[in-house]
Amino acid sequence: MPTKIEKDSVTGHETTGHEWDGIRELNTPLPKWWVYVYIATVIWGIGMFVLYPAIPLGSWVTPGILGYSSRADAIAGVKEMAALHTTQMQEIGQKSFAEIEKNHDLMEVALTAGRITFANNCQPCHGPNGEGRVGYPALDTDVWRWGGSIEAIQQTITDGIRSNDPDARNSQMPNFGGDKLLTPDQINQVADYVISLYGKAKPNAATDAGAKLFADNCAPCHGAKGEGSREVGAPPLASHVHLYGDSREVVVAQITHPRMGVMPNWNKRLSPAMIKAVALYVHSLGGGE
Amino acid sequence: MAESAGYVAASAIRYNDDVVKKFVIATMFWGIVGMAVGVFIAAELAWPSLNFWPPYLNFGRIRPVHTSAVIFAFGGSALLGTSFHVVQRTCRARLFGGTALANFIFWGYQFFIVMAALSYVLGFSKSREYAEPEWHLDVWLVIVWVAYLIAFTGTVLRRTEPHIYVANWFYLSFIITIAMLVIVNNLAIPVSIYAAKSYSVFSGAQDALVQWWYGHNAVGFFLTVPFLGMMYYFIPKAANRPIYSYRLSIVHFWSLIFIYIWAGPHHLHWTALPDWTQTVGEAFSVMLWMPSWGGMINGLMTLSGAWDKLRTDPGLRFSVTSVGFYGMATFEGPVMSVRTVNALSHYTDWGIGHVHSGSLGWVAMISFGAIYYLVPNLWGRSGLYSHRLAAWHYWISTLGIVLYISAMWVAGIMEGLMWRAYDTQGFLQYSFIESINAVHPLFIIRWLGGVFFLAGILIMAYNLIMTVRSPRTAARATDISGLPLPAVGD
Repeated sequence: MPTKIEKDSVTGHETTGHEWDGIRELNTPLPKWWVYVYIATVIWGIGMFVLYPAIPLGSWVTPGILGYSSRADAIAGVKEMAALHTTQMQEIGQKSFAEIEKNHDLMEVALTAGRITFANNCQPCHGPNGEGRVGYPALDTDVWRWGGSIEAIQQTITDGIRSNDPDARNSQMPNFGGDKLLTPDQINQVADYVISLYGKAKPNAATDAGAKLFADNCAPCHGAKGEGSREVGAPPLASHVHLYGDSREVVVAQITHPRMGVMPNWNKRLSPAMIKAVALYVHSLGGGE
Repeated sequence: MAESAGYVAASAIRYNDDVVKKFVIATMFWGIVGMAVGVFIAAELAWPSLNFWPPYLNFGRIRPVHTSAVIFAFGGSALLGTSFHVVQRTCRARLFGGTALANFIFWGYQFFIVMAALSYVLGFSKSREYAEPEWHLDVWLVIVWVAYLIAFTGTVLRRTEPHIYVANWFYLSFIITIAMLVIVNNLAIPVSIYAAKSYSVFSGAQDALVQWWYGHNAVGFFLTVPFLGMMYYFIPKAANRPIYSYRLSIVHFWSLIFIYIWAGPHHLHWTALPDWTQTVGEAFSVMLWMPSWGGMINGLMTLSGAWDKLRTDPGLRFSVTSVGFYGMATFEGPVMSVRTVNALSHYTDWGIGHVHSGSLGWVAMISFGAIYYLVPNLWGRSGLYSHRLAAWHYWISTLGIVLYISAMWVAGIMEGLMWRAYDTQGFLQYSFIESINAVHPLFIIRWLGGVFFLAGILIMAYNLIMTVRSPRTAARATDISGLPLPAVGD
């Protein structure tokens, strides 16, 4: 198509004289402000190259006038915040729980540190207020499997339960159904007895056979009256707080194929002082002994 | 101008409009699918119990279905279709390679999309964002893409116009750069020739850098550059005005191409990526501001003397609004790439808001504008079925975008502030779950914004089907000069 330069009546600019499918182009100069801002950003970019690490030269990088390092920057920030509680946390690590509890300032730091650490680490299983979930113990009641004293809680957090830690709290409930230690009928009888311990049995239900089986098979760990044993972490059964639920079906299922939870050992992730802070916080949730 | 010499000469050539029509239908189909999946995963985030269905509908599996469906299926179909339309008309040449090559590109691309989506829900993924398909699908995509490159450049080479129109520069840079990005980022070694599992040849920080060199340039060369090509054709066409500045188009094109490719490391600020790489990413991102805005200036200023058309042409209204969102997102991007700003915005929903102001506001709306223009023209109808429905689509989608991005801005800044808040004793003020609880209402607003946008495209689909089917738009003269005609009976 022949080049035909025209003057656009609206803007007064000339066209380039080309045309594609009816589309023409004006030969308007670059907007001044656009050029200036563009140059400003380029100067800004060059400034960054001068000020900050920017140009790799073999194994060496130009460090920039500021000598900036994002890693050093981050470490400095962490240190600055840590400095606000370093002394207190050291004291928490050294002192006994009784001493910490008497010191108002230390207690405040411990509960603050314990709360946020609990919220970011423990809450997914134990719930926002330690109320527990199915399979994950409630921490705000006085029903404990391994003990509710601050020291017992500290040990549980440190070494975990059935974790990989050599000092982990460990125990195993026999697989009464799977290993055919009890017949299905016997399991039903035991279950009838167990639910009678917390008043869920039908009135006048026969529990004699179940009571006998319980005494022979379950009482060694769970206690003659179902009061539980903290030596082996056997949950109290004569209680209104239950790990997996209190219905007869749940009890039958638990005896037949027992479920046993695992809690990680936190000594690989949290400092001993921080574990003490978390133990103090958990102890304060309402169930501490 | 409507009866320009260019048009009279062009009408003598029989263009391949069939493949463009197919891509237009695919664009609408995948737009609806991709946005519906987006609405569902937004609901999963707002109400997490929706995740506990069969694993196929888990967020982790269908989030890539959403991103692939909207970016590569919806956006990709829109790009391939419009590029074929634009290159034929601005080169005054029929598409190179005949109908067989065009159909291979169409069906080959659709096959890739379907197989990719199926593989995600079945649990196959390379776990590279926006590059999830496993190696065998990547190989297929490269074959289809090379066919696309041949068809496009073949058409440019056989052009009967003396010069190559600016839209075609943009489309061509998209085709070439995407080929390079896809091939390098997806270099992987399959576990076995029979296994749909592979491992990247890169590792560690280098792997992350290659992935975000790809990821950011997918934004640049898939979601920005070719849609500018779309803009450079459909806005002057619909406005019937010359492009504002030829010089600006040259300068901003080459600036954009040169600067964009360096900006990827800003996705990895405050990570193990070496500091010098982060500096490069930040500096080039800031320099990208004006080259990006060059396109916006050319898009908006082309309207000089034709602003009144926004009242009568619903397609043009979409196109012009999209250029506004484009300008906003390409300013926000450089701001977020500054390391100190990024310290607040990184990993938060601000990023999600930024992406959607670009993808809904720019990518989707410029495509809607092009499709509103194309459908009556390609199917030879007298005009759109209903301007009133198109206006409903316009306002409901704009409202949806505003709900979406403002909710994500607020959520993102709130998350960023909560995550960095320390108390007076130097401990974190908030736990992660507290920040999740805080943004929950905003997640619901975001979902609602998505529902609005989805409702908009459904209205559009109905309007387009009626445009093709209804007898009231049938009375069309042979005139395909490109001016949208007023709707009949509206």
